[in-house]
Amino acid sequence: MATAEVSNLKTLQVKRFKPSEDPKNTYLTEEKGVWAWMTTQDHKKIGIMYLCAVTFFFFVGGILAILLRTELLTPAKTFIEADTYNQFFTLHGAIMVFFVLIPSIPAALGNFILPMQLGAKDVAFPRLNLASFYIYVIGAIFTFFAIANNGLDTGWTFYTPYSTQTGTSVIWVTMGMFILGFSSILTGTNFIATIHKMRAPGMTWGKLPLNIWALYATSIIQVLATPVLAITMLLLTMERFLGIGIFDPSLGGDPLLFQHFFWFYSHPAVYIMIVPGFGIISEVITTFSKKHIFGYWAIAISSLAIAFIGFLVWGHHMFVSGQSPIASSVFSFLTFMVGIPTGIKILNWVATLYKGSIDMKTPLVYVFIFLFLFSIGGFTGIMLGALAADVHLHDTYYIVAHFHYVMMGGTLIALLAGLHYWWPKITGKMYNELQGKIAAGLIFVGFNLTFLPQFIMGSQGMPRRYYNYIDQFTVFHQTSTAGAYMLLVGFLLIAYYLVKSLISGEKAGSNPWGSIGLEWQATSPPHFHNFDHIPVIINGPYDYHKPMEEFQLGLAESHNGHGAHGESHEVVSPEGVTTEA
Amino acid sequence: MGSLFDFMLPELKSPLTGATTDALMAFIHTISFGLLAAITIAIIYFAIKYRRRSEDDVTPVITHNTKLEVIWTVIPLLLVFVVFGWGYKGWLDYKTVPDNAYEIQVSAYQWGWTFKYATGAQIANEVHVPAGRPVKLVMKSQDVIHSFFVPDYRIKQDVLPNRYTSLWFQAEEPGESQVFCAEYCGTSHSNMLATVVVQTPEEFKTWLANQDTGGGGTPSERGEKLITLQGCTACHTVDGTPKIGPTYKGLYDTEVELDDGNTATADDNYIRESILDPGAKIVKGFQNQMASYEGRLDDDQISDIIEYIKTLK
Amino acid sequence: MANHSTAETTHVKHHFVDSDQQFDTAKLGMWVFIVNEILFFGGLFCAYIVFRAWYPELFQQGALELNKVWGGLNTIVLIGSSITVAMGIRSIQLNQVKGLKINLLITIALACIFLLIKAFEYHHKFELGLYPGAYYNPTPEIAGQLTHPMASVFFSIYFMLTGVHAVHVIIGIGLMIWLYIRTSKNEFSDKYFTPVEIVGLYWHLVDIIWIFLFPLLYLIE
Repeated sequence: MATAEVSNLKTLQVKRFKPSEDPKNTYLTEEKGVWAWMTTQDHKKIGIMYLCAVTFFFFVGGILAILLRTELLTPAKTFIEADTYNQFFTLHGAIMVFFVLIPSIPAALGNFILPMQLGAKDVAFPRLNLASFYIYVIGAIFTFFAIANNGLDTGWTFYTPYSTQTGTSVIWVTMGMFILGFSSILTGTNFIATIHKMRAPGMTWGKLPLNIWALYATSIIQVLATPVLAITMLLLTMERFLGIGIFDPSLGGDPLLFQHFFWFYSHPAVYIMIVPGFGIISEVITTFSKKHIFGYWAIAISSLAIAFIGFLVWGHHMFVSGQSPIASSVFSFLTFMVGIPTGIKILNWVATLYKGSIDMKTPLVYVFIFLFLFSIGGFTGIMLGALAADVHLHDTYYIVAHFHYVMMGGTLIALLAGLHYWWPKITGKMYNELQGKIAAGLIFVGFNLTFLPQFIMGSQGMPRRYYNYIDQFTVFHQTSTAGAYMLLVGFLLIAYYLVKSLISGEKAGSNPWGSIGLEWQATSPPHFHNFDHIPVIINGPYDYHKPMEEFQLGLAESHNGHGAHGESHEVVSPEGVTTEA
Repeated sequence: MGSLFDFMLPELKSPLTGATTDALMAFIHTISFGLLAAITIAIIYFAIKYRRRSEDDVTPVITHNTKLEVIWTVIPLLLVFVVFGWGYKGWLDYKTVPDNAYEIQVSAYQWGWTFKYATGAQIANEVHVPAGRPVKLVMKSQDVIHSFFVPDYRIKQDVLPNRYTSLWFQAEEPGESQVFCAEYCGTSHSNMLATVVVQTPEEFKTWLANQDTGGGGTPSERGEKLITLQGCTACHTVDGTPKIGPTYKGLYDTEVELDDGNTATADDNYIRESILDPGAKIVKGFQNQMASYEGRLDDDQISDIIEYIKTLK
Repeated sequence: MANHSTAETTHVKHHFVDSDQQFDTAKLGMWVFIVNEILFFGGLFCAYIVFRAWYPELFQQGALELNKVWGGLNTIVLIGSSITVAMGIRSIQLNQVKGLKINLLITIALACIFLLIKAFEYHHKFELGLYPGAYYNPTPEIAGQLTHPMASVFFSIYFMLTGVHAVHVIIGIGLMIWLYIRTSKNEFSDKYFTPVEIVGLYWHLVDIIWIFLFPLLYLIE
């Protein structure tokens, strides 16, 4: 009966398990106390610990961003020195990329939701899951140690030979990144094994929620790309420690080789950041339009296509670096190829809205913001993939604006959509809907105010990572800074009402959005083992035309000590359901 | 819309390297604006037209539409082929240096540019070029990676320490254009600016003829020139104000307080050591930001610089 | 795998349905991890390939300084240890706990011999001043043979590749000792030996990487 060996039709005895609206035992009441949290192997608690850590780092990175924008109010020195500014943008980039965006959706939300969407009790390797969190913490400690000792001023890209010559603590950070990489690898490995082997009876590949497909594609990238980052960071550490001469030109190495190594990881890494966002968008948009997703397979397969083609485009970061012109033209061509599946997804999501029953709740508002901002990010990506345009725009604010539209307008907004969507499931509490929409509005306006001017000044020639700038750019920088403060207000408002909901929020009920997703068929917050029963899946994940009862089925008999405990469960009738086991 | 694109780009002063870029950018921006507007209008229209009216709304089962999906895959695919080809054409323009190009050697360092002409003339942070003639820059870095960027010409090329890179442009009219360093290179990255001065061929000829081709003058005059060409003045002033490094004024033969608590006398050997091994003695209140000039300055040049520092009382 | 879902299931973790699922999952996870390891070493091999393409003579000269006899012996030692690991797995499949223990001990011993030989090789290199990178300071005699200006980079690559591999061997020894302790506590039987199988996979990987390293570094003519 294991889901591993399948394909023959099999009859299972199932009954309906209606989730309790007022659960007595939840994962939050099961193991209490700080020590129980710190040693927990429960994927939900580990997900929450990740969420807290990511929020903390987002706050640190955000404060750095505000300081940077404040310094840029005037063309010359405003309030910090050039070296401090250089350290701030380096840390802003490194923290936001490595400590926030990469773990945000997979390790925080994904950890919580993935086993629930599969109908599993936990991820495949719960201990490794906990280990990955602590590895992340150790990586963070290394980084903070570096910040306390001389800091880091190489830019988050660590380009040699600057990174082999600067007097700042490069070794500590590169070792931190080396360690951090393993946290990402373990999460990816865990998810792949979980998705392959832990699906509930009846959940075939064609019935996987698109969020799972997205996390699956992400995990593949994590496993294939992150080890290359690890070895790059190790080589860079050794370059500084022993002067091994692989990357340092003064010792016979080649800085372009470093760039190839670095981008071989760091380009796929942007897909590690954005692809899980795609998963959230698919879930939210179907729930709030109560409609079947448009083009299930197109979305699922395009995630995998992005994962694979994404490995072949790293050289588009190096069009003006001095790499061979032939290489550049091949990379440019492949870059457009990876743009196509991304574009297809956007059109599929918009088409899903057609004739839906659209309920403009906060998560859906974020999805609309995502579609707008991410489209801009995508179009400007096409611009930057074009060789002639990239020569002019490379290393200007146009690039800065582009990746903020993709990473913040894409990943972070998707994260906010997911956070607002699953918040009632995670905490069992509802946040204030009106405040949610106000914050979304502030973030939308603030974001565009911050980054639209950067497209213009970049295109006019303003280079990135500039402490001083020439006077003609002043007005753009000041507008941008004003937008950054608006974003800050928006994020503080979110923090306010989410914390408030924990204290005095209304009880959410098991399924406040009326979704047919499997995770919504558990209680809010879920039981320690997610479901009391073993769920059985007979319908597709977006079959909104089928009755809700058919999404609440589970094995009629208890199994392995965890089965039907009776209680408030309504037994429809023991019926035989034919399913692919 | 056209005026917006004009606003987004600085005036094009080297059409041979930049015309394709401008046209391509206008094309992509136009198409993108159109598609973005279509997507946005569709979302808003659907969100209003199909808003939820009751909790029991029944939605139609639309799983996919192969015809539609093929259309919206193939059309973007064709569009990106066009964009790729167009971008590649501009790239060829930028990569193919005309045969009759006037060649100038460029040396980049933290934090400045030195331009060397075939006559032996050298000039820092300002490059004079003739109008209406292709100019090729052959570039190499003395330390870390820099990038030569002229927005007016739509050109950019990284400058590497271990190999030569080059780029070209042809400025049509006399005038000046801004040069930026576009690859992050440390403390004064944002001050690593230069100017392209485009002159009529006659003016350029006269200017070049009047340039010192090196070797002339007294030792201290040669030293004065060297500290500009070698980028020393990016960090050290001659007027008494401290910058990234200590000033040269009044330095010679004084007691210098070091950051390890010792003092040293700023004599010939101290200055020589500070040039060749900058980390050996750090002056109190400063950080070691300087790269060694070993191999970049010979003994005679170092003596010239010391002679010049002696004159700064 | 035989079907033992009916057997005692104390080793089955709460979130698995049965022993088979747990075993399959662990094995899949290990294969994913092996893919990840291959890419990790892939980065180093990539650096090797790039430098070898740029300076083919360097690698021919450098290989002369490496001792083919010791390297060859180490290859045999490591292949031998792979065989004993496989025999160990076979033993426990037949429920021969003692056989597993003996094979584990032999494997640990062979792995230690490998490291010992490696240590001798390193020591010999250091005596000749063949340190990696900036510390490269060969004796005049060696400097006469190794005239290539990039000689230090060859030894950087040599020490990086063999060093990272040696770290894997050390981790492997640690895992074997852990297995031995668990075996002594009678935790494994023909019903449950997943960790043995998983560590076995890891050890084969370590072996295979060496089989690539040896000719690439030592046997270049």
